[in-house]
Amino acid sequence: MANQESTEVVPAGRAAASSGTAVERSDAFQNPGLPPHRPRVTDSDPKAAKHAERAIVALFYVSIVGAVFAMAAYFAFPIHADDLASVRLNNLFLGLGLSLALLAIGVGAVHWGKVLMADHEGVDIRHPIRGDQKTRARAVEIIDLANVESGFGRRTLIRNSMIAAIAVLPFPAIFLFRDLAPASGTPAEAYSHTMWKKGSRLTKDPSGVPIKASDVTIGSVFHVIPEGLNDAPDMLEEKAKAAVLLMRLDPADLHPSKGRESWAYDGIVAYSKICTHVGCPVALYEQQTHHLLCPCHQSQFDITREAEVIFGPAKRPLPQLPISVDSQGYLVAQSDFHEPVGPSFWERRGDYNV
Amino acid sequence: MIRTRRAAAAGPVRTRKRGRRSPLASVALVAVGLLLTGGAYTLFTASSGASAAIDLNSAQAISQGKKLFQANCATCHGLALQGTVAGPSLIGVGAAAVDFQVGTGRMPLAQDAPQAQDKPPVFDDTQTKELAAYVASVAPGPGLPSSKYLQLSGNATRGAELFRINCAMCHNVAGAGGALTEGKYAPNLNGVTPAHIYEAMLTGPQNMPVFNDANISPQDKADIITALKATQQNANVGGFDLGSLGPVAEGLFLWIFGLGAIVAFTVWLTAKAN
Repeated sequence: MANQESTEVVPAGRAAASSGTAVERSDAFQNPGLPPHRPRVTDSDPKAAKHAERAIVALFYVSIVGAVFAMAAYFAFPIHADDLASVRLNNLFLGLGLSLALLAIGVGAVHWGKVLMADHEGVDIRHPIRGDQKTRARAVEIIDLANVESGFGRRTLIRNSMIAAIAVLPFPAIFLFRDLAPASGTPAEAYSHTMWKKGSRLTKDPSGVPIKASDVTIGSVFHVIPEGLNDAPDMLEEKAKAAVLLMRLDPADLHPSKGRESWAYDGIVAYSKICTHVGCPVALYEQQTHHLLCPCHQSQFDITREAEVIFGPAKRPLPQLPISVDSQGYLVAQSDFHEPVGPSFWERRGDYNV
Repeated sequence: MIRTRRAAAAGPVRTRKRGRRSPLASVALVAVGLLLTGGAYTLFTASSGASAAIDLNSAQAISQGKKLFQANCATCHGLALQGTVAGPSLIGVGAAAVDFQVGTGRMPLAQDAPQAQDKPPVFDDTQTKELAAYVASVAPGPGLPSSKYLQLSGNATRGAELFRINCAMCHNVAGAGGALTEGKYAPNLNGVTPAHIYEAMLTGPQNMPVFNDANISPQDKADIITALKATQQNANVGGFDLGSLGPVAEGLFLWIFGLGAIVAFTVWLTAKAN
């Protein structure tokens, strides 16, 4: 019966296709129909049925054991306020007991259904999605009646003003997004400048202790924040832009381009720690190869060649912070970065170097 | 009557067993071998951490160290520590660098590789200190750390913050180590002695940068070591840490065991009972 219905549907579909495009395949897949019904062992062998029954009962008893174990574990492994590690045992055994209880009920119920409940095989054919003519006509009738009674099609002024009200409603949300940008200036402005300015000392992260040039021995790496960052009102935002990595190389290893010769001090160079790809902190410095590795996407920068990208998805070199020393021997910035730090953004100008 | 029958039944079984080894025997043998090797290795590395009381300035230690150096190190580092094409100059590296490189087994180098790996040390603690005494006598350099910074009595909170800022990007936030470029890696810090951690910060072995006392003061270093050991010794509240490697190890575990269980249950649910 079911098979007959399904074979009727197929020719109907074929007839719908254009005769010009329909290709009759000679090796088309034939519906094999249902496999023959196979009786289960538990249907024919009463011993097997008895065995299955015992297994299902055992599973439900296992579930009871799990639940009781969970209750016992709650008291056997209490959480002590002064010992965080006690949470681990408590959670572990409570979870094991409860999952055993739930799992055993589920497995038992499914096993029961599979081996002991009646074994009828049936096929439910999907009914067509399209309703019959009578149902469709009745639906149109209802919509027409609603239109007439509500006056939705007749009172066009009311209808159009309502559509306009709904259309305008989302606009405040767009304006609320403005709160994500800095309060003063455009976001592009905020991205383009950092806390560094002429004369601000390079200090150690997190203590804020200024760094003497003589303290930076060859092979050293200092994680640097600008002077006064710890007291800044928006400290984290500023740190996310102004973080700098300070390294000292043999001056002979550096290859500064024209106009940037004075940006380093006796082999000490400072580069932005914010990756130009998507802004991860780049600080995996190898002191023999002078390569900087970004841990997020494996971009590599060559410090001897002004942090040019030698591998990975980053497109621009890390911006260099021009540095010198003040009269007391402390390292200071000559200016802010000459280009925006970090990843690209729409309004980013490429000519900050000028 | 019953006893004799049982003996007769057991007889042939026993002779057959004598002729053929159980398939589990070889597995058990390998397991025992692995356990013994691992145990011996643990004992060996643990014993190397003990510090011997040797006066680095004594003439005897220096002359002993010179002999050891000439026999074992001079081929690559030169008879006058000046370095050769095969190895860098050791002038001014100090006793701390020697104690770290030789004490962790990184030197002498076993093979040409992207970086020297830690392995069971070739020299015992006395010989290591004698080598350090000799190298330090040729030119001054960073000395061995004072034991007061190695007592794990620092401020772990402060040390953890310094570790996250200065060390965690390479060595992983739990000190589990991580990959660098071209086969190099930052090693796992679990099980490294406090003295070796201190010396590594001070001297910057291989591609690790130098963190001198002006950058991270001796007390800061003691704090970092305290924090590291506290991380490693405290029980993990979250359960299995899967090597503390983060989302890679955790994801792999879930993909294999979590999804595996779901697939297995789905297959079972849809299979017909026979």
